[in-house]
Amino acid sequence: MRIGLVCPYTWNVPGGVQQHIRDLAEALIDLNHEVSVISPADDDAPLPGYVVPAGRAVPVPYNGSVARLSFGFVSASRVRRWVRDGDFDVLHVHEPAAPSLSLLACWVATGPIVATVHTANPRSRFMHAAEPMLQSALEKISARIAVSEAARTTLVEHLGGDAVLIPNGVAVSRYVKADPLAGWPGPGGAIGFLGRLDEPRKGLAVLLRAFESLGPQRPGLRLLVAGPGDGEEALERVSPELRDRIVFLGQVSEEDKVRALHSVDVFCAPNTGGESFGIVLAEAMAAGAPIVASDLEAFGRVLRGGQAGELFAVADAADLARAAGRLLDDPLRRASLSAAASDAVRSYDWPVVARDVVRVYETVVSGTSMVRVAAVAARGR
Amino acid sequence: MFADVFLIVAAAVLLGVYVSWRAGRLDRLHARVEAARAALDASLLRRNCVAVELASSGLLDPATSVLLAEAAHDARAGTRQRELAESDLSRALRAAFGQPGFRVALSRSGRAEELLTELEAAAHQVFLARKFYNDAVAATNAARRRILVRVLRLSGRAPSPEFFDIDDSLVAAAEDDGVDMPHLTG
Repeated sequence: MRIGLVCPYTWNVPGGVQQHIRDLAEALIDLNHEVSVISPADDDAPLPGYVVPAGRAVPVPYNGSVARLSFGFVSASRVRRWVRDGDFDVLHVHEPAAPSLSLLACWVATGPIVATVHTANPRSRFMHAAEPMLQSALEKISARIAVSEAARTTLVEHLGGDAVLIPNGVAVSRYVKADPLAGWPGPGGAIGFLGRLDEPRKGLAVLLRAFESLGPQRPGLRLLVAGPGDGEEALERVSPELRDRIVFLGQVSEEDKVRALHSVDVFCAPNTGGESFGIVLAEAMAAGAPIVASDLEAFGRVLRGGQAGELFAVADAADLARAAGRLLDDPLRRASLSAAASDAVRSYDWPVVARDVVRVYETVVSGTSMVRVAAVAARGR
Repeated sequence: MFADVFLIVAAAVLLGVYVSWRAGRLDRLHARVEAARAALDASLLRRNCVAVELASSGLLDPATSVLLAEAAHDARAGTRQRELAESDLSRALRAAFGQPGFRVALSRSGRAEELLTELEAAAHQVFLARKFYNDAVAATNAARRRILVRVLRLSGRAPSPEFFDIDDSLVAAAEDDGVDMPHLTG
């Protein structure tokens, strides 16, 4: 299939949407599809061969902050040319309601169009003056995909219609191998945590309480904590004699995150709620880390009811301490959990997710014509 | 003796006349500020209306339409500080007008030409109204700072008027060219 992907944000600026499109494009190419991505890009930015630059995005106030977006007739005519030359079987736009390339693509093209909504944006209900134009562009979308339940709800409430839920994939191969951070895990063992320190639902407090009982029993055991937030403040809740055994890395790069996952004997996901999927858990599984996680419904599903990782009662520090202690004492059990996790995470791997997306393409492609430049847009309006 | 009394009375009368003249002057300044503020509000509202009309006209591409409509809505909604929201509308208008070939692309339609001219006039009016308003504020605040006015509390309970500072130029300034703006997202 010839697939045209539209990215609304500058390719080289790190962001979830860009990452998603990159992983999807590469997975689709691996599945032997022909893929072209059009994206705003800075003039001198190095781009992979499948990306067509649509010019530099312009910083402009949007949603109360400054966003870099591509809009206007010049961008529209670049998208139009790309659509005309691309001969696509299907056009897949991302974040179609943002005033950027994706919206322009819906405007200039006709034929099978698939859209993926990434963010839950409650402000879209204020679409008033521009609504008729927005609606007529968005009406052309034949299938919608939401990456989360929250994004799906926003979409249904504000734009009407329904969407299929296809969660983000995990690029498993990127997590499989990495060198541990220097000096880790260390002879006394180590437990890892990844996530915002100051977001209570990530559950760092539960892990710190569990460490109050684990720490004194195991004199060499350390905690490795990675994520944005104030480490000093978190330490105030811990007994003074344990504080130097908790290491805060702060916000880490993608690469250091993978290394951190390989630096611990047990990875702990003590979340107390609010996780619809648990991307952190999937990443830890991809790295083959033995996992202890709270028994949230979503976590239980990802960990196959406990086969691919230990589950403990949500927010129960004593239960967490028991589960983590058992794992730290049992290298064989750790190895078998690690193997089970690596196996279970395969269903979240990008090639699998990309196949789900292709199924959506096939549904809209069958029976209709190819992607063409729309008649109204072709007149230059 | 009689001359002394006469002098004191005369001085008191003169002082009274002077003070009431000063109070009247201050009053006139406050009235000028109010009138200038009303004119400024009217000019901002007019600019907002024309921006919305342009956004919903179907003459622009949908992305530019959404940007303008959002910025105009924000400025009216009053959820953020007025000056920031109006400045953002100026920047959104500038981003739209700053597109290469923007006027040429629209000049084919008579309606577009009309709207663009009206928007430019409205934006210029905002610039003028803001200048006059800030002028009145400066004069009033200078008068309020005088010792006599402060000692005798001639300004009464009227609050000190405040300057209204926004970015209201419709022509792109050099430093607005992009790369260094804060809070980049996406």
